Amino acid sequence: MRLGAAKLFLGLAIGLTGAALAQTGPLVPYRVVDDAIPESLTGTPGDPDRGRALALDRSKGNCVTCHNMPVNADFQGDLGPPLDGVASRWTEGELRLRIVDSKRINPDSNMPSFYRVEGLTAVRRDWAGRPMLTAQEVEDILAYLLTLR
Amino acid sequence: MRRAALVGIGAAALVAAVALAQGGPPEPQRQIPNPMSGRHFATPETLAIQDDDFLNPAFLWVEEGEEAWNRVEGTSGQSCASCHQDARETMRGVRARMPAYHPRLQRVVTLEQQVNICRTERMGAPALPIDSRPLNAITTFIALQSRGMPVNVDISGPARPFFDAGERFYNTRRGQLDMRCGSCHEDNYGRYLRADLLSQGMSNGFPTYRLKEQRVISLQFRLQGCVNDVRGEAPPMGGEEFTNLEFYLAWRAQGLPVESPSVRR
Repeated sequence: MRLGAAKLFLGLAIGLTGAALAQTGPLVPYRVVDDAIPESLTGTPGDPDRGRALALDRSKGNCVTCHNMPVNADFQGDLGPPLDGVASRWTEGELRLRIVDSKRINPDSNMPSFYRVEGLTAVRRDWAGRPMLTAQEVEDILAYLLTLR
Repeated sequence: MRRAALVGIGAAALVAAVALAQGGPPEPQRQIPNPMSGRHFATPETLAIQDDDFLNPAFLWVEEGEEAWNRVEGTSGQSCASCHQDARETMRGVRARMPAYHPRLQRVVTLEQQVNICRTERMGAPALPIDSRPLNAITTFIALQSRGMPVNVDISGPARPFFDAGERFYNTRRGQLDMRCGSCHEDNYGRYLRADLLSQGMSNGFPTYRLKEQRVISLQFRLQGCVNDVRGEAPPMGGEEFTNLEFYLAWRAQGLPVESPSVRR
């Protein structure tokens, strides 16, 4: 009985680890065309509600720390440009590249690359080899930004 | 023709040699020529605590430091005062010129490290852990004796390579967020990172009483926090990298009055 429970637990643990690895493995390949990533990273449409939550989540997009956003949130940052109307200024593909790796557009930008693992220095051990966002999380945030016309 | 070229090369070499003889590498230029102390970025409430020595909680550390100054410790039967007598006279200006090049060790040392050098080499007492309460108490007491004096570190001569290493650390983008120190403290001071007003990252107020931590912290503790925040792997406190960085930061703050012990959020 006890052994059975232990086996079940072990199986569960392996299952969970497997899922985590699958999610944080190598990045999905993408194509940059004219300062834009025209195609979706995942093929699954992003969820704007989830994207909005990710944009406010300190451990995820955390956009509000540097950008003013048209949401009810105290203490919005002003290091970057306001995000209101951002979908009128850029196309979907341009916004996707700005989330994924804005340094491809401006190497001196201080905006982090949210979907990149190469070319970084002294990354904290708990984040090494992992991007800040998963591919689907990039699509979710993008879907939210596209509502900001 | 060829002779002219040779003469040209000779002249160039002579110019280079003279430049070296005259004092080595060119003077570094500061990104922020007229720095502003962190107090310009603090709230009036925070400054009210700093500016009243009876309200400023760091003065508990000052008291502890003064006691430690006069307390005999270690196998040699000595206290700090045995050699340095009255800190109010002998320690005046010390915080303002630290970190400094240590000729025998042939590297730059911080005030914390110098206290530990005295303890281990003169007093026969164990080194105190960096950023520990007893060490922060002693450095806060020593730093207070320089309050109001301009930061004035010497980066010339043999100290220069350590300064250069600190400058390289400062300007290296690091961590998952891929930021250099200046991404916040040069490019964006005066702007808000969420609720935090970004300062110029001047170190003249350290050791500082940090309200967030509810204690006096050393500069290198704060540096670890910064590196952590960009999701970088922070080097150890008291190690070579942060020591050189602290030296570079002191030069950035050159001319600002020592404000230790300041109060910061």
